[in-house]
Amino acid sequence: MDFKINGKVMSANVEGEMPLLWALRDELNLKGTKYGCGIAQCGACTVHLNGEPVRSCSLPCSAVGTAEITTIEGLAQGGVLNKVQQAWIDLQVPQCGYCQSGMIMAAVKLLKDKPKPSDADIDAAMTNICRCSTYVRVRQAIHHAAKMA
Amino acid sequence: MKRRDFLKTSSALSAGLVVGFHLPAANAQPAGATAGAAEINAWIHIHPDDTVVLKVARSEMGQGSSTALPQLIAEELGCAWDNVRIDEAMLSEHIRRNRLYVSTATGGSRAIRESQSYLRQAGATARVMLTRAAAAEMGVPEAECEVSNGVVHHGGTGQKRRFGDVAVAASKLTPPKEVPLKDPKTWTLIGQSLPRFDIPNKVNGTPQYGIDVQVPGMLHAAIVQSPVFGGKVKTLDDAAAKASRGVTQIVNGLEWVAVVGDNWWRCNQAVKKLNIVWDEGANGKVDSAEIRAYLKAGVATPTKVGRNDGDFDAAFKGAAKTFEAEYYVPYLDHTPMEPMNCTALVNGDKVTVWVPTQSAEASAATAAAAASVPLANIEVFRQQLGGGFGRRGGFQDFTRQAVTIAKAVPGRPVKLLWSREEDIQHGHYRPATVAKVRGAVDASGKLVGIHGTVAVQSILERVRPEALVGGLDPQGVTSFADSYYDIPNTKAEWFHAKRHVPVGFWRSVSHSQNPMFRECFIDEVCAAVKQDPYQYRRAMLVNMKGKESVRDLGILDATAKAAKWAEAMPANWFKGIAVQDAYGSHAAAVVYLEKMANGALKIRRCVIGVDPGYVANEGAAKAQIEGCMVYALTAALWGEITIKEGRVQQSNFHDYRMMKLSETPECVAVLAPTGGFWGGMGEPPMAPLVPAICNAVFAATGKPVRELPLSKMGLVWA
Repeated sequence: MDFKINGKVMSANVEGEMPLLWALRDELNLKGTKYGCGIAQCGACTVHLNGEPVRSCSLPCSAVGTAEITTIEGLAQGGVLNKVQQAWIDLQVPQCGYCQSGMIMAAVKLLKDKPKPSDADIDAAMTNICRCSTYVRVRQAIHHAAKMA
Repeated sequence: MKRRDFLKTSSALSAGLVVGFHLPAANAQPAGATAGAAEINAWIHIHPDDTVVLKVARSEMGQGSSTALPQLIAEELGCAWDNVRIDEAMLSEHIRRNRLYVSTATGGSRAIRESQSYLRQAGATARVMLTRAAAAEMGVPEAECEVSNGVVHHGGTGQKRRFGDVAVAASKLTPPKEVPLKDPKTWTLIGQSLPRFDIPNKVNGTPQYGIDVQVPGMLHAAIVQSPVFGGKVKTLDDAAAKASRGVTQIVNGLEWVAVVGDNWWRCNQAVKKLNIVWDEGANGKVDSAEIRAYLKAGVATPTKVGRNDGDFDAAFKGAAKTFEAEYYVPYLDHTPMEPMNCTALVNGDKVTVWVPTQSAEASAATAAAAASVPLANIEVFRQQLGGGFGRRGGFQDFTRQAVTIAKAVPGRPVKLLWSREEDIQHGHYRPATVAKVRGAVDASGKLVGIHGTVAVQSILERVRPEALVGGLDPQGVTSFADSYYDIPNTKAEWFHAKRHVPVGFWRSVSHSQNPMFRECFIDEVCAAVKQDPYQYRRAMLVNMKGKESVRDLGILDATAKAAKWAEAMPANWFKGIAVQDAYGSHAAAVVYLEKMANGALKIRRCVIGVDPGYVANEGAAKAQIEGCMVYALTAALWGEITIKEGRVQQSNFHDYRMMKLSETPECVAVLAPTGGFWGGMGEPPMAPLVPAICNAVFAATGKPVRELPLSKMGLVWA
C-alpha cells in the first residue's frame, strides 16, 4: 500500500484494517506519532490527513487512500520550526513530552483555522490528554504562537 | 585515589553508609560523548575546545532534572553554561565502577535533594583541580587565581587559561578532600529558569521513548496477563493466534501469555485470538465493596501505633466537644501516557535491555534475575520515559516479562509493549484506604486531641520490607504521626491491610490520601466551632518552635497571602485551604470554586505554595506545581479503580477519566523557598491540594467530604 507522507510516497505491506498508527510506527519507522489508548480518546496519535487532524490509532489504512499525511516529523519546513513548535520551546511546555506530538498537531490545525483563538476556541480544539498536565502552558503557548509572525 | 581507599569508599557506598563524598579518579575509560575528553571526576568531562560534558545519572521523566542537576554542578564548577552538554550516565559503568554515580533512581522527589550535596561538591572539587593545574602552568600561586566562565585568570600577571587548556593536567591531580561551597546568596545558576536541554527535541518527535526502540532484527510482542491478580494459565489454545499473519511465537509465562511477531498491532490482534482458561484462585470472588468493608473493620482493630503523644483517650473523655469521621478513598492507577514496555535481547549469558525506567538499577537486577545471569552481564539502555509517576520504579514487571520472552527467541531483540487496557488493569495501585479520625475540642474551641487510624496495605513491604519499623509501615500513618500542629494529645494508628490487589508508589504515595483525612477533619471542626480555616490552622502552628512547624506556618501564610484569602470573593465563589509537609518540602493550597446558577460546581483557581528550601530551576519547579494540580484534581474528581470478581473493571480513558485542558482551572504557582534545606518538588504540591479541593466543596455545599472521588457525591460539575 502506498502512502503520501510528509511530501514523500512511502510503501508498506500492510492489511487494510491495520490502523495507520501502526503502519507509521512499525512499518515506516515514523515513531514521533505515539500510541496512548488505541480508542481515539487521548490524541497522542494525532496526524493530519489533508490538513485535518485525525486519530491515527483508529483510522484503518484502507481509509487513507491518496490523502496527504503529515506527521510531527513533517511539520518543520526546510529546517525551520512551525511557530507552534517554537512557542512550545519558548514557553517550555513539554514535561515528559510523550503526548506533545499529538498536542502540537492539534494546535497547528487550530491556529490555521483561527489565527487568534479565544480561550473557548482552545478549549474546544485541544482535547488531547496529557498526564504530566502541561495544559496550563499549552494554552499560554497557543496564545503566544498566535502573536508570532 | 589508592585502590584500597576506593574499595573502602565503595563498600561503604553499597552498604548505604556513605556520609561524605567520593570522587573516584580517572581509573577507567569513559565512553560515549565523553570520548576524547579529560575526566576530572565522575560527573565532569572537559574537551580541549572547552565543551563541558556533565553526566546525568537520575532518570529524566519530564520533571527537568536533566537540566537542574547539571545546574548544581556548573554553579560550583564555574564553567560557561553555554558550553555545557549533558550525557547519560551508563548503568554498566555505574556498576563496573562500584556505584560511581551513587544512585541512578528518580522517585520519592529525591533526584535533586539527594544529589545536591555530592554534585555541588563535584563541581567545587573540579574547579580547584582546574585552578591548580592552570596556576602551575602559569607559574603563579593558586590562591591568586580566579575562575569565571570556564577561564582561570591571574590578575597580577594578566595570564589566563581556559578549562580546555588545562583539563588533562587537572585530571591527573589528586582531588582535594572537602571544598567549601558557595554561599547560596552568590548563586548565579542554581534557581534560574534555564531552558531545559530535553525540550527542543520534544517538539519534533525525535526523542526515543521506550516504545520507539528500534534495533536490528527486532521482533514485537503483545501480552495478556491474568485478569485476576495472581491467577495462572490453566489451559492455553493458541492455534488461531499462531496462524495469524506476522506471528512467530507464543510465550506462556504462566501468569501471562505473550504473542511475538513482526508488528505490534498484529501481535495484539493475535492476543485477542488466544483461548486461555485462567486458574483464578480464591481471589476471583473479591470485589471493592468487600475490600472496603474489610478496611472499615480494620480501623477498629489497629495493628501498630505510629505516635502517641499525651493521652488522647483522657482528652477525648474530658472534651467540651468531640468529633468523629470516617473517610474512604479508592485504588488509583498511575496511567502514564506511554504504556509499560521494555525491549530485551538475550544472547548466551549476556542480556541487554532498553527500557524507560525510574530505576535503571532495579531494571538491571530484575533482568539478571529473570535470565539467571550475574548483574555484570546486564547492559541497560535507559530510554526516555513517557511519564513515570512511580509506576516505573521498583516494580519492574515489564522488564521481567520482556527478558523472559527474549529468552524464548535467543539472539533476537524483542520489544514488549502493553496495551492501554493491560496498563490500567495491571497496575501497582495507590491503595484503597479507610481512615477513622476522632478529635477532642476544649471549651475555647481549640483542638486538644486528634486520633487518626488508617487501614491500608503496605507498599514498602513489597519492595523494602526492612523499611518497616517494628512491623509499622511509616507511610500508613503520615499526616498524623508527623503532624506539626500544636495538638498535645496526638495518636496515630495503622491497620496492616493485606489484599491481593498490588499496590505501589503513586505520585506522592500516602500523601495522596492521608492529608485529606487530617485536613478535611480539621475543617469539620472549624465549621462546628465557627472559626476561619486559615486562622484556625495558623493558631495551631504559630506558637510552635520546631522548624517543621515554622515552615508549615510560613508556607501557609505565603499561600494564603498569594490567594488573597482574607479578601472578598466574586459572588458564588467558595474556598478551601490545607497545609501539609511532604518529601522534605512544605506545601499549602487554596482552591476556589464557583457554584453556577444551575447548581453545578466549577473549580476556578488553585493557588499552590511550596517551600522546598532551595529551588534548582524555577521554571521546572513551577511546572511540577502545574502538573501536580491536574494530577490531584483528576484523582479527586473522577479517579477510581474498582474491583469486581478479583479484577479491575476500568480499562481505558473512556472509563478511567483524565482531566482535559478545557477543565483545567487557573493555576497560581507560589514558590517560596526559605533556604537552609533541600526538599522535593515532584510530589509535595499534591499533598495539600486534595484536601483543599474537598474543603472548598464543603464550604460550597455544607456537606463534609469524606469520600473520593467527588463525582460520587451526587454533585454536578461544570
